[in-house]
Amino acid sequence: MSLDKATVAKIAHLARIKVPDSDLEQLAGELSTIMTWVEMLGEVDTQGIEPMTSVVAANLRRRPDAVTDGGYPEKVVANATDATENFFSVPKVVE
Amino acid sequence: MTKLTHLTMADALAGLAAKEFTAVELTQAHLDAMAATKELNAYIIETPDAALKQAADADARYAKGGQRALDGLPLGIKDLFCTEGVQTTAASHILDGFVPPYESTVTTQLFRDGAVMLGKLNLDEFAMGSANITSHYGPVISPWSPKDAAGNFTRKLVPGGSSGGSAAAVAARLALGATGTDTGGSIRQPASFVGIVGIKPTYGRCSRWGIVAFASSLDQAGPMTRTVKDAALMLRSMAGYDPKDSTSIDVPVPDYAAALTGDIRGLRVGIPKEYRVDGMPAEIERLWQQGIEWLKAAGATPVEISLPHTKYALPAYYIVAPAEASSNLARYDGVRFGLRVEGKDLKEMYENTRAEGFGAEVKRRIMIGTYVLSAGYYDAYYLKAQKVRARIAEDFTKAYEQCDVILTPTAPSAAFGIGEKMDDPIAMYLNDVFTVPANLAGLPGLSVPAGLSGEGLPLGLQVLGRPFDEATVLKVGHVIEQAAGPQPLPPLVS
Repeated sequence: MSLDKATVAKIAHLARIKVPDSDLEQLAGELSTIMTWVEMLGEVDTQGIEPMTSVVAANLRRRPDAVTDGGYPEKVVANATDATENFFSVPKVVE
Repeated sequence: MTKLTHLTMADALAGLAAKEFTAVELTQAHLDAMAATKELNAYIIETPDAALKQAADADARYAKGGQRALDGLPLGIKDLFCTEGVQTTAASHILDGFVPPYESTVTTQLFRDGAVMLGKLNLDEFAMGSANITSHYGPVISPWSPKDAAGNFTRKLVPGGSSGGSAAAVAARLALGATGTDTGGSIRQPASFVGIVGIKPTYGRCSRWGIVAFASSLDQAGPMTRTVKDAALMLRSMAGYDPKDSTSIDVPVPDYAAALTGDIRGLRVGIPKEYRVDGMPAEIERLWQQGIEWLKAAGATPVEISLPHTKYALPAYYIVAPAEASSNLARYDGVRFGLRVEGKDLKEMYENTRAEGFGAEVKRRIMIGTYVLSAGYYDAYYLKAQKVRARIAEDFTKAYEQCDVILTPTAPSAAFGIGEKMDDPIAMYLNDVFTVPANLAGLPGLSVPAGLSGEGLPLGLQVLGRPFDEATVLKVGHVIEQAAGPQPLPPLVS
């Protein structure tokens, strides 16, 4: 599968990574090489095979629905660039 | 007397218990060795003060006779494990300044058992790589790299990756052992490249809690040590059920060291014919044959087995792992931790932060992952890869009806030079051709040094086992280790 520049630009946008236009061509080449290589999976007969989503038992353990942790907001925001009154602050979103 | 830095963990424990030296002396010897070998770039950050404090605490326990399983043993911690109050980078610019307010479960257990942390070890950025060349903190140099008479490197060899700092530190005697993580071979391949032992346990054996996530259905922590017995000792501390990791399995952790009996009579050793890949160097083939002969001589029975979907493991991995990575790495957005690069609005702040914070290989994988999970391609790529993964796992289930363990080479070559294999990402990915299947199937796998290449570089053999049968894997690895005999020291170690 060959990826063109427009597709790479779209993926970069979805991944929220700024990619300068000048880099799109090379990146398209690299990603195309990988996507062409993985095409060989098409040779495998997977008729009736369930996709493997986990290597461990499918049933997750249950536990009582109780609060077992928390109560330290200052620790939670300790690594934030911009924490005001124990909130994570971001550039203004709503005008 | 053997230099303190050259002791095995088992011998160091005996020496500490016999009061031949103190934990502070043992730790200081390692700190001195680290100071003298900065050129390897094995550690991202050293924590000498905390290490000496932990060592003094261990000495106090020895004085009272109440020592713990790993008491006073100086270890290196891969900088993918969150350590409370100590910078954790995952070797990425995007985690600049991140100081975890919590401790990973694995390191918590190592410290519970008395281990001393010397510092945080270099790795490929977010553990994505097979040569430790993608680190924001620069490449790690293998202690096997040759030097000229003036002391300058004539060729800088990679230590393998992603746990390259762990591998280099253990081989260069800058730690008695180290933690590693293995998503596609990141413990076993570097162990093979520098001539040490590394085991990736069964998925679910060690808690992933507090380990920076790469691909959650594949990631597993394990020990990297200089002997199989040391791996057994260290794994016992690292392993165990953890309610904080929903994929952690609640099964007892055996005394792995007790399993190293040398008795493998009657054990059936599977030799997968599909691992004889085209273009495999003759010396790797010879090493493999030698391994088969050693196990036969010890009373095991080689059995030819078939793992028909082997060639599809790498391409399946390079869909599943990037897909999970693209999701896991979505959290690095400049809001809650690490780097923030401002923009004109929130979206541009995200895009700028991630463009500057991630390196080229990480970006490539995030984008592959984003693509295979995007509308219109999910079924064709991601779902297909998960179905192929099921067939690969099924291959192993069938194979284990005929055999108890599987023997393969660890990697298709010895270590290569920094700067080689860099142009083509797929050539780099092929390093993991023999190790990736065990991650996809969740099986335990060990790499053990088995000899040297024609160039005089270490080569490892891989032993794979049944789920949760690390004990047998270690037992077989121990037999190979004994048969191979003492291995030479890296040239940079005296």
